[in-house]
Formats: sequence, structure tokens, C-alpha cells
Amino acid sequence: MNATPISDQMAPDFLLAVEGLTVSFDGFKAVDDLSFYVDENEIRVIIGPNGAGKTTVLDLICGRTRATSGSVKFKNTELTKLKEYEIVRAGVGRKFQNPSIYDDLTVFENLEISYPRGRGVVGALAFKRDRAVKERVEEVAQTIFLADLLDQRAEFLSHGQKQWLEIGMLLIQDPELLMLDEPVAGMSVAERKKTAELLNRIIKDRSVIVIEHDMKFVEDIAHKVTVLHQGKILSEGTMAKVQADPKVIEVYLGH
Amino acid sequence: MTPAFTLRAKDLIGVVILALLLAVVLPLVLDPFRLNMVGKYLTYAFVAVGLVLCWGNAGILSLGQGVFFGLGGYCMAMYLKLQASTPEATKIQSTPGIPDFMDWNQITQLPFFWVPFKSLGFSLLAVVLVPALFALVLAFALFKRRVGGVYFAIITQALAAIMTILIVGQQGYTGGINGITDLRTLQGWDIRTDSAKFILYFVNVTLLIGAILLCQFVRRSKLGRILVAMRDKEDRVRFSGYDVASFKIFVFCFAAALAGVGGAMFTLQVGFMSPSFVGITPSIEMVIYTAVGGRLSLLGAVYGTLLVNWAKTSFSESFPELWLFGLGGLFIAVVLLFPNGLAGLYRSYVEPRLGALFGRKRPAAPDATPAPAE
Ligand SMILES: Nc1ncnc2c1ncn2[C@@H]1O[C@H](COP(=O)(O)OP(=O)(O)OP(=O)(O)O)[C@@H](O)[C@H]1O
Ligand SMILES: [Mg+2]
Repeated sequence: MNATPISDQMAPDFLLAVEGLTVSFDGFKAVDDLSFYVDENEIRVIIGPNGAGKTTVLDLICGRTRATSGSVKFKNTELTKLKEYEIVRAGVGRKFQNPSIYDDLTVFENLEISYPRGRGVVGALAFKRDRAVKERVEEVAQTIFLADLLDQRAEFLSHGQKQWLEIGMLLIQDPELLMLDEPVAGMSVAERKKTAELLNRIIKDRSVIVIEHDMKFVEDIAHKVTVLHQGKILSEGTMAKVQADPKVIEVYLGH
Repeated sequence: MTPAFTLRAKDLIGVVILALLLAVVLPLVLDPFRLNMVGKYLTYAFVAVGLVLCWGNAGILSLGQGVFFGLGGYCMAMYLKLQASTPEATKIQSTPGIPDFMDWNQITQLPFFWVPFKSLGFSLLAVVLVPALFALVLAFALFKRRVGGVYFAIITQALAAIMTILIVGQQGYTGGINGITDLRTLQGWDIRTDSAKFILYFVNVTLLIGAILLCQFVRRSKLGRILVAMRDKEDRVRFSGYDVASFKIFVFCFAAALAGVGGAMFTLQVGFMSPSFVGITPSIEMVIYTAVGGRLSLLGAVYGTLLVNWAKTSFSESFPELWLFGLGGLFIAVVLLFPNGLAGLYRSYVEPRLGALFGRKRPAAPDATPAPAE
């Protein structure tokens, strides 16, 4: 994978190109003139201290927060002008930092809502739970280790299972870019291992941006690591390169 | 797992029992006066079932449903008033052929927006469409701007106040504080007779059962599940590719249209419509009906409406000044002690026993557990 070309002329083979991205909250720049590029089929991990702006970067990409300036191009489409649901339909899926699932619905229903059909009012009224839907839901439930819990109300899942469920909800959408905010936070060691396995399985044919603090986990999955600090990139490259960077050791890894 | 078009047997049994109660038992045991009163209560049930979808399922609390009830009721009243204002019937007026209150207010020509209400077809459409369109404008303006929760509730309440002031103030066009009264015939059929009231009662029951079935269909569709999902985690729905605002707009307009039908049936059965059914107090009372019945249960909302109104009538006959306190107390008690109202009590105490009685174990319905209070 080509790692270096950062130029004004965007190479078409990037799936995601973030350039000069800035957002300021009442004068405080949470993300400051940030540029980075994600290749197809790349797993990019973003690390950095608390408050570095990691979550905000994902918010900007998926349209939850509007950029003050800069551009986000996904397959050469400018995302900063699109509505949130248009960004999703373009192929960007996003998992939130706190597991975000529908407590009052069953696991099946949680997954079904993300099935990419019947997304308008009329479509949702006419939506039929046909074989294609059932098979897809069951297939994804298998992947996320919840096949036996399809009729369970999501409220009663364990924390780790809720994280998997939300990942499953994204898989059903089959996004080309999957963004995960701390997917293993709060998980037991065994669950972390399973999650790493899960991620390695689902990254085929898509790019993934993962925010994570757990360095062991990062080592396991990252192709390339971006270190954020105070809204700016402190360092970028392979895990080995980043870990050896004195600046990174000083502000992040040294702690 | 049920496909969208079939209804669960349990739901259907509940509807059948309600239909039998309303269409067979009550007409047999009640005198015409009491039956007409039940008919009047049941017009509020249209609002209550709409609120189950809008508030219970989607988490959108509206404190202005009286506005939509009133709009439907006024549309019907305008048609009936024009029927009663033929030139022959009003020949003592200075301008014959227009409603009497217009004449009293020195209006000499039928206002343009009254003209289409000469047609029954237009008026019936208007009963549904005027509240729905009004709701559409409001919902579009607010939900597209992501106004929700308490702010939305307060705005709908303000709307109820504004609407009352507008109707009262524009006496010449609306009949003012007295409302539109002295309604007589529908296409020549005298609606004031006992037999007409009897027939209208059944029309009302039929429409209400239809409304409940329609609501059940919506709730059982994926749209219904999306509403619940939005109530839980709005952002998750948005970032699953849905335009959240359009679903909120839909459910709000749907509830408004149902309220409009209720209002029209009210006008037909009671024989007049006035601003006292539009304002803040009736709007809040309607929310209480739903809360008492159980905001997640369509049937519960109907029973809640009947019960609260029955209590209101019996109570305010003997202690009129205490009723509002009683109602307020009831609301607080329900919110604090029985967040799922009558339906919640039924599901936790009666249903398990019924189940044991018939030797069946019923899994708890997904709606039975308390939803987070909005
Ligand atoms: N909507 C907002 N309004 C104001 N300030 C915000 C907003 N969103 C984020 N911030 C601020 O921006 C900074 C970056 O926050 P962000 O959540 O992106 O950090 P993070 O790197 O994800 O941290 P963590 O590791 O704790 O999740 C923080 O100081 C935060 O307080
Ligand atoms: Mg974060």
C-alpha cells in the first residue's frame, strides 16, 4: 500500500481523503487542519490521549458535526455537504463510542432495521420480512456470536454483546468504510480476542477506521496508525514507526 | 416473527372484545342519553390512540392535540352550519343564506374559505386533510430543525393557546367563543333525533375500530419498530440511513388526522363545536387519557379515555370544583406509580392469571416493560 503521497491532487485510488479538516467549538479547535488518506481495504487505527479529537474526526466524516472548513471526500464525493443519511447510503457506517442499540427491540429487530431496504416512510410501511432479510440477519448474527439470541430483547445483552450487536447492525448495511469508536472498550480479555477475530473477518472488501486505546489490540489489527494530539496529527505510519516516535512516547505511550 | 400484514392473534382478540363491548353490550345496557355520552367520549379515543403512536411509540409528546381535534370538528361544523343556513331558514337575517353568527357580526358575504364547505365530499376530506396538513407544516418546521422533546411539547401547547385565541377573536368567521352551534342536518338527514344519534354512535364505533386496526398495522410494520428505535436511540437510526425527521413528521400527521376524525364525530354526535375543545386544557386531558390507559397500548388508551371521562362526568356532577384537582392527582399517580397505565396493570396482574387459568404460558409482550420516560 502506498503510504506517502500527500498532495493537493487527490489520487483516485483513495477511498477516503480528508484535507484541511477543521472544526472549532466556540473558538476551540477540536480538530485543526487535519489531513489524512485511507486506502481501499485498509485498517487504519487512530490513537491519542483523551480529548485529542478522535471521536470528533468520526463525527465530522459521518456528518454528525459540521466542519468549519476543509473537505472530506469519499470515492470522490464531497461528504461535508451531504445529510447524515445520505452519507450512510453512500457507504459510510459508524459505530458510536457507547454501545448504541435499541433496548426495547429484539436482537433480530435491531439488525433488521439496518437492512438497507425500505428506508423511506412508504418503504418502511410496506417492508416485508422475506427470506432474503431473514437469511442476511441470521448470517450476520452468526458472525457476531449472537445467533442464539435473536429473539432476546437487546436490553438484556451483556455489554460486550451490545458492542457486537452494534457492529452487526453496521455489517448489515455492508458499508465500504466502517468507522468504529473504541469497539473493545469495557470488554473482558476473552471478548477482546473474539472482537479482534471478528474485525479481522469483516474487514474483507472494505476499509475500516478504528479508534482504540488498547495497544495490544491495535497491534493485532492495524495496517497503519494515526496519532492525534490536540486536534492535529502527531505521527503517522506503521505501528512500529509510531511506537518508536519520541513525540508519541512523550504525549501518549509514555503514560 | 410476523409479516407486516398479519396481526397477532392476541391483538385481534382484544379488538374483538372491545368491538363487542362497544357495539353490542353498551347499546343493550345504556339508555340513549348515556349511549350518546359514551359516543362523545369515544371521539376522544381517536386522539388517544393517535397519541399512543406519537407519544408512546415515537416518544413525541404533543400537548396540542386539541388543535387537530378542533380542526376536524370545525370542518364538519362548517359543513353542517351551511346546511342549516339556507336562505329560507335564515330569511329574517339582514343577509340571508349565511350562518347566523356572521350576520350578527355584520358580515354580508360568505368568506371565501367557507365556500368549499358547501360540499359534503370536500368537507369529509377536509376533516382528515386539514389537521394533517396543519400538522405537516408544524412538524416540517420543527423536526427538520431537530426541535424535539420538551421544546416540541411546549410549542404544541403554545399552538393550542394561539388557536383558541384566534378562534375566539375572529368571531365573524368562526362563531367566536360560542363556537358553531345549532347544527341540524347532514344532506337533509336530521342528526338531532335519537335514531340519528344511535346510528352515528355505530358509525363512530366502526371508525374507531378501523382506526385501531390501522394503528396496529403501522405498529407491526417496520415503520413501527423504527419509531420505537428512534425513541431509544435517535442517532443510531439516523446513522443507519434513515431520515429521522420524515418518520416523525409522518407519525405526527397520522395522529393529527385521527384526531380530526374524532373531532368530526364529536360535532356530529354532540351537535356543535366550540373553542373549549381546542385549547390547552382539553389537549392536556387527552394526554391524560392515554397515560391512564397506558401509552403503549392502543386498547388501553380507549379504556383509559372511557374511564377518565366517566369519572369526570360522575365526579363533576357532584363536585365540579374538585374535578381538576382529581384529574391532576390521577395524572401524577399514574406517572409515578403505573407508568404503563391500565394496560401495564393488566399485563402484569391479570394476563398472567388468565394465562394460568387457560394453562398457557404467554411470553411478555415487548411493550410490557417500562419504557424510559421522555
Ligand atoms: N459538540 C462539542 N462542543 C464543544 N466541544 C466539543 C464538542 N465535541 C467535542 N468537543 C471537545 O473536543 C475535544 C475532543 O473531543 P473528542 O470527543 O473528539 O475526544 P476523543 O479523542 O474522542 O477523546 P476520548 O478518548 O476521551 O474519547 C474535547 O475537548 C471535547 O470536549
Ligand atoms: Mg472519543
